[in-house]
Amino acid sequence: MANKNNKKRDTHTISMLVANKPGVLVRVAMVFARRGYNIDALVVSPSVNPLYSRMTITAKGDPNTLDQIIKQAAKLIDMIHTEEHSDVDAIHRELALLKVKATPANKATIVKLAKKFRTHIVNENDKAIIIEQTGTTDELDAMEMLLKKHGITEMVRSGKLVMAKGKEST
Amino acid sequence: MTPKHKTKTHSKFLSPKQITGAEALVKCLENNGVEYIFGLPGGSVIPIFDALVNSKIKLVLVRHEQGATHMADGYARATGKPGVVLVTSGPGATNTVTGIMTAHMDSVPMVVLTGQTISPMLGKDAFQEADIVGISMPAVKHSYLVKNTNDIPRILKEAFYITNTGRPGPVLIDLPKDMVAGPFTGSLDPKMDIPGYTVPAKGNQKDILKMAKMFNEAKKPLLLVGHGAVIAKAEDAVRAFVRKLKIPVTNTLLGKGVFPETDPLNLGMLGMHGTAYANKALINCDLICSVGSRWDDRINGNNAEFCVGAKKLHIDIDPAEMGKIVKPDASVVGDARLVLEELIKHVEPQDTRAWIEELAFYRTEFPLKYSNDHGLTAQKVIDELYQLTKGKATIVTDVGQHQMWAAQFCLTEHGRKWLSSGGAGTMGYGFPAAVGAQFGTPKELVVAIVGDGGFQMTMPELATVAVHKLPVKVIIINNRFLGMVRQWQELFFGNRLSGVDLEGSPDFVKLAEAYGIKGIRISKVEDVRSKLLEALDHNGPVLIDAEVIKEGNVFPMVPAGKSAHHIIIEPPTTQLEKPTGST
Ligand SMILES: Cc1ncc(C[n+]2csc(CCOP(=O)(O)OP(=O)(O)O)c2C)c(N)n1
Repeated sequence: MANKNNKKRDTHTISMLVANKPGVLVRVAMVFARRGYNIDALVVSPSVNPLYSRMTITAKGDPNTLDQIIKQAAKLIDMIHTEEHSDVDAIHRELALLKVKATPANKATIVKLAKKFRTHIVNENDKAIIIEQTGTTDELDAMEMLLKKHGITEMVRSGKLVMAKGKEST
Repeated sequence: MTPKHKTKTHSKFLSPKQITGAEALVKCLENNGVEYIFGLPGGSVIPIFDALVNSKIKLVLVRHEQGATHMADGYARATGKPGVVLVTSGPGATNTVTGIMTAHMDSVPMVVLTGQTISPMLGKDAFQEADIVGISMPAVKHSYLVKNTNDIPRILKEAFYITNTGRPGPVLIDLPKDMVAGPFTGSLDPKMDIPGYTVPAKGNQKDILKMAKMFNEAKKPLLLVGHGAVIAKAEDAVRAFVRKLKIPVTNTLLGKGVFPETDPLNLGMLGMHGTAYANKALINCDLICSVGSRWDDRINGNNAEFCVGAKKLHIDIDPAEMGKIVKPDASVVGDARLVLEELIKHVEPQDTRAWIEELAFYRTEFPLKYSNDHGLTAQKVIDELYQLTKGKATIVTDVGQHQMWAAQFCLTEHGRKWLSSGGAGTMGYGFPAAVGAQFGTPKELVVAIVGDGGFQMTMPELATVAVHKLPVKVIIINNRFLGMVRQWQELFFGNRLSGVDLEGSPDFVKLAEAYGIKGIRISKVEDVRSKLLEALDHNGPVLIDAEVIKEGNVFPMVPAGKSAHHIIIEPPTTQLEKPTGST
């Protein structure tokens, strides 16, 4: 776990408001790829204004390179606004769907765990349980660790969404 | 081609009053002040070429699309107006990529119109379909795929605005054939829709004041001017600033002329093949302020050792340049001219006499020099050209040794009088760029200085020159080698020559004559002046084959990846270690 802190410091969350046009995603992705930055998660979704889309990108790497990436991305003609968000200035949420092997022996434990973490069981039969969890990345990571013991057969995570706190715009 | 006829565009589907997308496109090009289009047709753009028949825009037919892009680039650098390129889809479009990248690296405004297959066939591997928007994406400032004929005027308006504002750069517009062949029913003067695009103008006042304070505290300041100062038309502002502060100036390869290189305060070009005194100034200055340069690795060599101890100031219109290479102690994002015009109000002249004397000493101690004792050198030819033209000519270079010698010996007194591919270092650039510059500035004397290697990459444009009787003078510095690479192999790789011998090159004088162009050969030191005069006096294109010694080397030289401390001024007598820098 010594690594964990480092990993966290190197992980960045960038929110972008972009013109809702074809090709924008490629242009943004290229800015990252060209500088050897790996995108860990990416969410593209409509914004309030249908002319614009919101991209939320989670990426790992050195902060100086990231600074350059953000500046280069900001130069894209289709980029309206871009900003990096810390845990402090914004609400961060992620959603996960976890499919866990169910046996008569573990079912009760899983159900208890799901309750404790305030997650929902959205589907179950005698072979598998699907859990839906919304929370911070850390919370999702913790749940994943606990459920691993019972055998996660599938996991889908949405990637992070962020929204700036207060009246600041994201 | 059929002779020009003033008839309506060929279309059986349109009523007489209705216009096609192609005609709307050409109207918009006219409205945007386009004088010349450099291009070559093909199936997908025939409707546009057809619409050009009735236009006042002059079409320059090239022999290869790369030539068209460099012509547009030379036109743009010489005039400050965007160059326009029109090519067909597929291979026509991909042939423009080198020229687009070259323009992008040097912030040159250019609008590239590419044909494309009809929209219903997009992505289906149609004949001559190339995803040129995708292929060119990392090399353009912006690009468009037209999906609606009525969008053409808006896209053009945006393209011309984007390409030549802020930090200029090429814009590509991909035009599916059905979009230009189909009827146009929209407005020819629509509103732009680019809310994400803003252009920095005046700098932030606080930033300017902070910068002024550093200038006022500096004992050994140095101004570094780059291409951005040319683009921003900051010549007068730079001159006023330098005169007020009496500070020495050095320029990048592309910043030549912003401050006259004939002025004693100008140290000439810095960097890998810059003057020894400019590089000494880098080592000894206590403040360096870049005006529109991007601290290229050909300048600072090794970032960790670059101007150690000096305050680093940066003025640039591109916010992404701040901290990209050099972490500035003070920076202003804005138009170089506007920033300097404000900054000058807040700086006070300091006593720089000792500093200037120190640099003058280096200038006399380590001058640029060459010898005529061992045959005809490139420097002799270039120096003589300079003595004959004295900064009056527009000098356009290709890439290699001759480029560096030209930079050293062709002192430049105004921006836009020196055109060279700096960022990309594109061989094949010089000759077509000179052609474009000559189209853009017909009254100027335009001289291309090219290598025998690079010239052969785009030499079919001799036909373009012949057809238009363009009076460009092309001087081939013919050393029968890919000289710059040979120099590296000699200095750093034990003279193991590999792939640099240009055997098989044609007789360039005969080649010129084959195109009906005057060819002149220079091979003796004593003939240089008279032959150059003969060429300059000739009222038409001239191709000069200057047969120079084969193994001349460019000095001074700072090996790639090294700081200015490691400058080699005299030819080394020992083997040097292999360079660690990028290229
Ligand atoms: C398109 C391209 N290919 C390769 C190079 C690498 N390169 C840089 S300088 C040079 C030699 C140029 O030779 P020449 O045109 O004869 O000019 P010289 O250096 O001899 O003056 C080469 C091959 C380049 N810059 N551009």
